[in-house]
Amino acid sequence: MHGVDGFMYPNEVELQWSVLIVLYPYITGLVAGAFILASLERVFNVEAVRPTYRLALLTALAFLLVAPLPLQLHLGHPERSLEMYLTPHTSSAMAMFGFVYLWYLTVVLLLEIWLEFRADIVRMSKTTTGMQRLLYKALTLGSDNVSPAARIIDDKVGYTVTVIGIPSAFLLHGYVGFIFGSIKANPWWSTPLMPIVFLFSAMVSGIAAVMVLYAVCMKARKTVIDMHCMDTIARYLFYTFVIDFTLEMLDLIHRTYEADESFHSLNFMVHTRLWTSHIIVQILFGTLAPLLMLAATQLIRFREGVRRALYLTSGGLILVGIFAMRWNVVIGGQLFSKSFLGYTSYKLDFVTREGLISAGLLMLLPFAILAALLKVLPPWSQPISNASSAD
Amino acid sequence: MEMTRRDLIEIGGKLLVLASAGATLEQIIGAEPAPEAYKTAEHWWGMLIDIGKCIGCGNCVRACSNENHVPDGYFRTWVERYQIDGDKQPLVESPNGAIDGFPLPVTADVKAFFVPKLCNHCVDSPCVQVCPVGATFISPDGVVLVDESYCLGCRYCIQACPYGCRYLHPEKQTVDKCTLCYHRITQGLTTACCENCPTQARVLCDFKDPKDPIHEFLKKNKVQVLKAYMATEPKVKYKDLDVAVR
Repeated sequence: MHGVDGFMYPNEVELQWSVLIVLYPYITGLVAGAFILASLERVFNVEAVRPTYRLALLTALAFLLVAPLPLQLHLGHPERSLEMYLTPHTSSAMAMFGFVYLWYLTVVLLLEIWLEFRADIVRMSKTTTGMQRLLYKALTLGSDNVSPAARIIDDKVGYTVTVIGIPSAFLLHGYVGFIFGSIKANPWWSTPLMPIVFLFSAMVSGIAAVMVLYAVCMKARKTVIDMHCMDTIARYLFYTFVIDFTLEMLDLIHRTYEADESFHSLNFMVHTRLWTSHIIVQILFGTLAPLLMLAATQLIRFREGVRRALYLTSGGLILVGIFAMRWNVVIGGQLFSKSFLGYTSYKLDFVTREGLISAGLLMLLPFAILAALLKVLPPWSQPISNASSAD
Repeated sequence: MEMTRRDLIEIGGKLLVLASAGATLEQIIGAEPAPEAYKTAEHWWGMLIDIGKCIGCGNCVRACSNENHVPDGYFRTWVERYQIDGDKQPLVESPNGAIDGFPLPVTADVKAFFVPKLCNHCVDSPCVQVCPVGATFISPDGVVLVDESYCLGCRYCIQACPYGCRYLHPEKQTVDKCTLCYHRITQGLTTACCENCPTQARVLCDFKDPKDPIHEFLKKNKVQVLKAYMATEPKVKYKDLDVAVR
């Protein structure tokens, strides 16, 4: 049979989860990572990353709004997706997605963003005119008290939301890892390390995304990049990446040393069908190269321009590498037979519902949403309370 | 006494009435009692597959396909042929699910046998566990079914099945699989695959029926299940299952 080596169970030849399901963990990972970066400033008082705080929140929101779309587009019956909320099957890991998602969207992210931007929204509801005024008026939700006392309450509630938000971000992405890690039928996925590997890779990708976006935005606005901020983000990125890499290596060593019945099959797959995406893109260019670059910036005091170039290159490589990691998990996990006797292949369609064009548009959509959010809620000005508290 | 034409017609008419009344009476008295309503709690369905008896004819695959309108290229049941040459990697084939049987083996001097496969109707089914809306469920009589009016088509159950028994129906866009011919077995019939097996390699069993021959068979024979280490408790049992079978 075309594209098949050895023996596959007849129903296994066709892959069930396409590139859209690759996007799902990738996008939720960016959300979780961006939020964790934001919480560095808010909860852990890492003041150096303050210039990215609001940008990180808006980035998380833009990607979170798109996160369910690949799943929705993938369903055989998207019109029935609401059933997951109405009649969830409590033993199913996937059934919890809707609730985890809604919790994170409404209780954590929207609330924190609203509290953070409230003073600006109120100010703009009074200084703008026409449709803009109506928009900002609506966004105030009827609350236009921005007195110092009110802002102190905002700040306290915002802090509490962020404290709740950190485990929620962990839950959001750890849960995505659990969806794969709990499938005992698939040895490529079935490992208790999967949620934690997903979580740390999410943090890596989210931090890298915000770092790159910050630099791009500053460049676009012809504003000076705060290198102290970039240095600090890069340092945290490096630390998180080391943990992520360690966990992935632990998984690899464990599999190799244990060498259970699936090992030969998986080993063969990594050396053939997944060689490019796994070894070359994910490990070599997506992990080792950026890790070495980031390590070099920690050991050697480069000039500002060199540091900036190294940060942006490593950030870009990380984003590609983590995408490759998601690809290798989702697609790779379906390329071998559960009989361990054969391999199939995945052909990415171009214009079908689950093809390259759909995936590309879904990947561009968060950036369009982010551009709109940046327009409505410019993150560059400091909020009133913080400005006053900084005085 | 002379019999007129009128007398003949009269006697014939009376005999006809008597005969039809007798036949009706016989129908009423001698008829089989109406079958009792099917009670799910009284059954626990499974299947016994005797590998030594399977000849790889593919009758079961064809019968299943016809009975259940299985779309081309997808399989509720299929047959695999294993050819094992000593310690070498086994050669396993299932050309188009063996719907047309198998070509002749390449070499004769190897251990060769056929393994019919279908949903194992596991007691602890991973597919049932993972379905986000409960569209896949196990019936009270032990058959794993899919409610196609409820299935989202997310395909999580296909990923969770260790045996590759599920597929997404290309037209319905819902998950489809072996129902153990539920529409037949609840009417007192056997499955289409069992009915069409010329060697009785596949036999439907009711583990709750004390009269079912499976109980006697299990007392006298050694049986195995597929991937026992998955702890899914399959209700499809195999006699003479080789260690090479996955």
